[in-house]
Amino acid sequence: MPARRIVRATLAALLLVALAACGGDDGGEASAQGGGKLTVYSGREEEIVEPLFEMFEEETGIDVEVRYGDSAELAATIAEEGDSSPADVFFAQDPGSLGAIEEAGLLAELSDDVLERVDERFRDPEGRWIGTSGRARVITYNTDVLSEGELPDSILDFADPEWEGRIGFPPTNASFQAFVTAMRLSEGDDATREWLEAIKANDPHLYESNTPTVEAVAAGEIDVGFVNHYYLYIVRAEQPDAPVANHYLESGDPGALVSVAGVGVLDGAEHAAEAEQFVDFLLSEEGQSFYAEEAAEAEYPLIDGVEPREGLPPLEDLQGPDIELDELGPELERTLELLNEVGFTT
Amino acid sequence: MIDSAVTEAGARRARRPPLLLWVAAVAVVALVTLPLLYLAVRAAGGGSDAWSVLGRDRLLELVGQTALLVGAVTGAAVAVGVPLAWLVARTDLPGRRFWSVAGALPLVIPSYVAALVLLAAFGPRGLLQQVLEGAFGIERVPEIYGFPGAVLALTLSTYPYVYLLTVAAFRDLDPALEEASRGLGRSQLETMRRVALPVLRPSIGAGALLVALYTLSDFGAVSLMQYSSLTRAVYLQYRSLFDRTPAAVLALVLVLLTAVVLVLEAWSRGRARYYRATPGAARTAARVDLGRWRWPAVTFCAAVVGFGLVVPLVVIGYWLERAVSLGEGFEAAWGAAFNSVLASALAASAAVLAALPVALLASRHPSRWTRTLERASFSANALPGIVIALSLVFFAANYASPVYQTLALLVFAYVVRFFPQALAGASSAFARLSPRLEEAARGLGRSPRRAFFSVTAPLVAPGLLAGAALVFLSTMKELPATLLLRPIGFETLATDVWTATTVGSYSQAALPALLLIAFSAPFVYLLTTRRLGMDAHG
Repeated sequence: MPARRIVRATLAALLLVALAACGGDDGGEASAQGGGKLTVYSGREEEIVEPLFEMFEEETGIDVEVRYGDSAELAATIAEEGDSSPADVFFAQDPGSLGAIEEAGLLAELSDDVLERVDERFRDPEGRWIGTSGRARVITYNTDVLSEGELPDSILDFADPEWEGRIGFPPTNASFQAFVTAMRLSEGDDATREWLEAIKANDPHLYESNTPTVEAVAAGEIDVGFVNHYYLYIVRAEQPDAPVANHYLESGDPGALVSVAGVGVLDGAEHAAEAEQFVDFLLSEEGQSFYAEEAAEAEYPLIDGVEPREGLPPLEDLQGPDIELDELGPELERTLELLNEVGFTT
Repeated sequence: MIDSAVTEAGARRARRPPLLLWVAAVAVVALVTLPLLYLAVRAAGGGSDAWSVLGRDRLLELVGQTALLVGAVTGAAVAVGVPLAWLVARTDLPGRRFWSVAGALPLVIPSYVAALVLLAAFGPRGLLQQVLEGAFGIERVPEIYGFPGAVLALTLSTYPYVYLLTVAAFRDLDPALEEASRGLGRSQLETMRRVALPVLRPSIGAGALLVALYTLSDFGAVSLMQYSSLTRAVYLQYRSLFDRTPAAVLALVLVLLTAVVLVLEAWSRGRARYYRATPGAARTAARVDLGRWRWPAVTFCAAVVGFGLVVPLVVIGYWLERAVSLGEGFEAAWGAAFNSVLASALAASAAVLAALPVALLASRHPSRWTRTLERASFSANALPGIVIALSLVFFAANYASPVYQTLALLVFAYVVRFFPQALAGASSAFARLSPRLEEAARGLGRSPRRAFFSVTAPLVAPGLLAGAALVFLSTMKELPATLLLRPIGFETLATDVWTATTVGSYSQAALPALLLIAFSAPFVYLLTTRRLGMDAHG
């Protein structure tokens, strides 16, 4: 019976494949040994930061291996790995993910030389993580419908019924949630709840993330969006003539929060020297000019002497509420509860 | 008298499973339920405070919303899959060869891509709205976010499970049964209800179970459609991350829901067993003349294939066209395509090998214990991908570091996630195979081993291959476990799509998405053909 032969051949082939699978990957771990290597877990997107890694490799000859993923998921991964983590460096999208790893006691202290380059408000008071680039909260608006003069100075004013049906934002986005946490810390929980309820009553459009929010502003579906400053440039890259612009709120307003993406070195990193070199590079003039010049996201450089992308107001002029960035992390859970209770997220 | 005593003793002996089979099956089930152990460790480590999530009103609401979603998607998948299967297998539907393949193809589209595409097509500012605005000045289309969007996206990417298993069952169904019923004067509809459906029920149930498990574990579609399900809540807990215990507790609630689904499926299956005594004598059933229902039937097929396949292809094509017109360069994704196919092929082979002892034990030696073992293997499978991934991170990084971040561990994660699909293929193959055939071979003097290889194996091979193909297709689409467990630098088509969409660059996602569909499509085609399809009598 030919069927029998076919089955035997198939089963034999399956077995071979399975054996090959078991034997095929001895190489991976061994290559991590020895100098000139660095393993980075990056919660920052490959599309955006890959050139930075290439610049560093070219300059130092150090071979960088990067694991890309969501910042919070990578932080959870590092927490599960504990002391066995293969990561030397954690390059994260937000202070919250770095703070969580620090709280678990997994981050090493950074050198004063590096820490001193960045304003205190953009780094960990314990000196275990440091901001590498800044992102400001803004109101992105449709320039066909609104002129800048018609926009309020405080985000609190969007509670007014005149904004009914005209607002959009991504409630599940980490940057939006950080802003709500900042509002809770500066204005108090009750005022924040009242504001959220008033916004809810204004029937806002909700989006999955920032880019679609800005696209919706560009398309005129909404008049204003609550987002980070650089999404404007991403949308303009695909639609150069889009009628969108950024409006910066007054100093001290919760809607003017400036947060950072940052970096930390794992305690007991196998390649500690290379890790330090990498952090040093990220905060060097070259590493910082990257944000000013070529990065797809026009974030703010954080060291003195490197100017931001043309058209951006100076960083010194942007001042969010008077809070520490590392307070945002531990407060996130309460913010999520509040957003739940008001009915914006799960 | 002596004769019957001997026969009974022989039957008892044949029924007692060999120890080796037990050991193998228990080992497999223990491995695929490893994530449950992790959840127990995490949930226990958090102290009483962490269990407070159970006390929240919100939890009841989440469970309700999840149950509603699972019920709606499963119901819709059956409502689409079964009629489609009947049309292509049993009627004179025009172009049924085409529909039989096209109807299964939406299986290649990941649910997160389906959701993205539906939003791009029918969401606010979507293609439909742009067309309507151009033609009629309509500025807003009905809201697709939330429950309707989630049900639509998940139904379109899961109904092929029901469809494929039901088509296979129709092909297996001895037309003589239906002919006898018709000959006894029963109407077509009555025959369908009283004769065909009961025999088809295990297959429909198996398909519905895969749909329900998929829906329970899905994150991509519910997050894009902003529908609050338990899985989305688990992800959000991980993303707020300051305590992993609440996420673990929520995931355990998900396991409980899975248990409910499994009990329901077992209950719907009932106690009945259906075997055909004559596996070789499959005849083609006389095709039902649709008459004036032909064109409504074609419209139904076209609508399903249109939403499930044509709309995604058109939208992805539009993204690609936009990228080309903007002059964006494309990096060839061939390396990622190779990695995807390699990992998927390894996962499919490993999953089928792992499913063999479990399916064999449960079908050859049915008892409460073997059936419980089979069910237990499903219990971890509705867990969100991130829970499975983090559990393997925990075990491998701390207790098996040589395999951590290797292809072997990644393949193992796929087996854990998609084991039920391999098991469904293997079980349906074994379930339709009468043990009498083996007994006959034994009676004719073959050893158990030879009887297995000369009689059983050829008959179950197509079912096993069908299970392998399902695992292959799921692995091609898998994202959360791939992201966390892949060797560094190991890009797959799914991670390429993710890399592009995280920065909102849909035009860059288009090429890997198309390649993902192109490399998966041949396996769907294989599933729908008689030779390798879900057909025990190929």
